[in-house]
Amino acid sequence: MEYSQEIVKELKRKAIQVRANILEMIPPGKVGHLGGSSSIADVMAALYFHTMKVSRTNPKDPGRDRLIMSKGHAVLVQYACLAELGYFDRSELGKVKTFNGMLQGHPDMDRTPGIEAVTGSLGQGLSVSLGMALGLRLDKSENRVYAILGDGELAEGQIWEAVMAASVYKASNLCAIIDWNGVQATSTTAEIFPIANLVEKWKSFGWNVIEIDGHDMVQILKALDAAKAYTDGPTAILAHTIKGKCFPFAEGKAKYHNAAMNDEEYKIAWQCIETMKREVEA
Amino acid sequence: MRTSDSLRKTYGETLVELGKDNKNIVLMEADLGNSTMSSLFAAAYPERYFQMGIAEQNMASTAAGLSLTGKIPFINSFAVFASGRAYDQIRSSITIANLNVKICGSSAGLSDYGDGKTHQSIDDIALMQVLPHMTVLSPCDAVETEQMVKAMVASKGPVYIRINRNDLPIVTNPNAEYHIGKMTQIVEGKDVVVFATGIMVQQSMAAAELLKKEGISVRVVNVSTIKPLDKDVLLGYCDGVKAVVTAEEHSIIGGLGSTVASALSKSRLPLEILGVGDCYGTSAENYDILLKHYGLEPKDVAQKVRDVLAVK
Ligand SMILES: Cc1ncc(C[n+]2csc(CCOP(=O)(O)OP(=O)(O)O)c2C)c(N)n1
Repeated sequence: MEYSQEIVKELKRKAIQVRANILEMIPPGKVGHLGGSSSIADVMAALYFHTMKVSRTNPKDPGRDRLIMSKGHAVLVQYACLAELGYFDRSELGKVKTFNGMLQGHPDMDRTPGIEAVTGSLGQGLSVSLGMALGLRLDKSENRVYAILGDGELAEGQIWEAVMAASVYKASNLCAIIDWNGVQATSTTAEIFPIANLVEKWKSFGWNVIEIDGHDMVQILKALDAAKAYTDGPTAILAHTIKGKCFPFAEGKAKYHNAAMNDEEYKIAWQCIETMKREVEA
Repeated sequence: MRTSDSLRKTYGETLVELGKDNKNIVLMEADLGNSTMSSLFAAAYPERYFQMGIAEQNMASTAAGLSLTGKIPFINSFAVFASGRAYDQIRSSITIANLNVKICGSSAGLSDYGDGKTHQSIDDIALMQVLPHMTVLSPCDAVETEQMVKAMVASKGPVYIRINRNDLPIVTNPNAEYHIGKMTQIVEGKDVVVFATGIMVQQSMAAAELLKKEGISVRVVNVSTIKPLDKDVLLGYCDGVKAVVTAEEHSIIGGLGSTVASALSKSRLPLEILGVGDCYGTSAENYDILLKHYGLEPKDVAQKVRDVLAVK
């Protein structure tokens, strides 16, 4: 499938806006998951503004596709997308993680329009997604389920239980996207808990595996379309990404897994947004 | 009307019956379907039965996903695994969002006598009732099991039901109206009230019989909903008695006894809690040996009643 330049450009603009929204949620001195949110921002923009069927007016539209943020700590990137869809007022972004706020520290389906499940305890989201996929299939629904996983999260045994079950049940309406940024909370995945041959592992469990550069919009779109076209089982998109992508001071650094920026960094971060905007328009 | 003494067979059969009209009911199991009797459903409606392998955590979270698409998933395993192995999954994926997932803990208490401590579940009530939104049910016979399964399907939200592996005689009235949260007097009495659950209901009835000969009149109340506990009704049953005893096939910590104790904290009634001590189970060649060893026989209930009456 070919994608018009205009579509690709528009999605790149969206990804920049998503990152800008993330920044809005974590002003200087406020702790937030910058790294793991920005690493998956391009994929999330492609999903919400191109691939997924979602209604702009009704977050609970029965005909919608579902997205489960299994790596729930990176929910800022999802809030950033949901705000763009207009599911809540932009002013909520400034109130993230405040007492009784609409935007909680981790995904809360009862609070936030567009959040589909409760996640935060890592390792459970793929299972929840599988259950949704099976339920939708029982109802003969055409809708699809997307699960966003962290590569550190893959150390949870339950992930592999779900991987096996999804394959047994040939859940072709399920797509897992692994944010393969190689960094976790305290250090690199290579140092903490390396899992060898990740691509082969998913394949050997019977999944359709697609490996991409998770910051290349065309590759992302192609992978998502290929996942849709595959009807023989679930698809895993292993997306090579950079934690903290687009914010050079944070890129690849575990420190920015969940940190506060100082004034200087925050200023630089906004400059990065401006630079990106110029690059896309050029 | 139920005449079978098997709680788990009743459980499976009732779901088969309900599944005929309610297409949203789905069952999941983790390689123990012939023990939990969820296999009956598999035979009737294979497309709505999910064999999830020996992977209880995935089963619990997958059930959450199914419920989010409007299904009513029942997940099945031994009580010890259904509650403990997937505790965080039940907490995070299911109860925080108050999802409509039903959990059946089979072979609860010491009832899996042969398999020993790893398979005996004397902490499941504690684990499940500490979770907000969770309802905890503990039937004492097959009649109640059938009524409960029907009520579980009719109710919204997470429910845990613990089921005895062994046959238990029918002691409840099949014609009585049932609803979750109701406790019922099984034996009339005026000196002491025994709040019992599960197999301890029949043990307490026998204890009341023993004590009658000594001139002690014991009221036995079947508390088959551990949570939510109807405090007003509970206090009503304490009206006029001299003391209270609780009896359960579960740890004395965190189960029915603890819950009744908090409910009675403002009353001046002496209370004795009968249950398994702060210890694990053990294998035995039959169930009766364990009931004797852990002090869950009628004579033990009777002794607790005498003890509590001796408290000044
Ligand atoms: C079960 C569980 N254990 C620990 C944590 C704490 N925690 C939050 S994020 C994180 C690291 C996640 O790393 P990864 O999955 O690679 O995500 P990413 O780097 O993309 O943010 C940890 C350990 C948790 N939320 N859940």
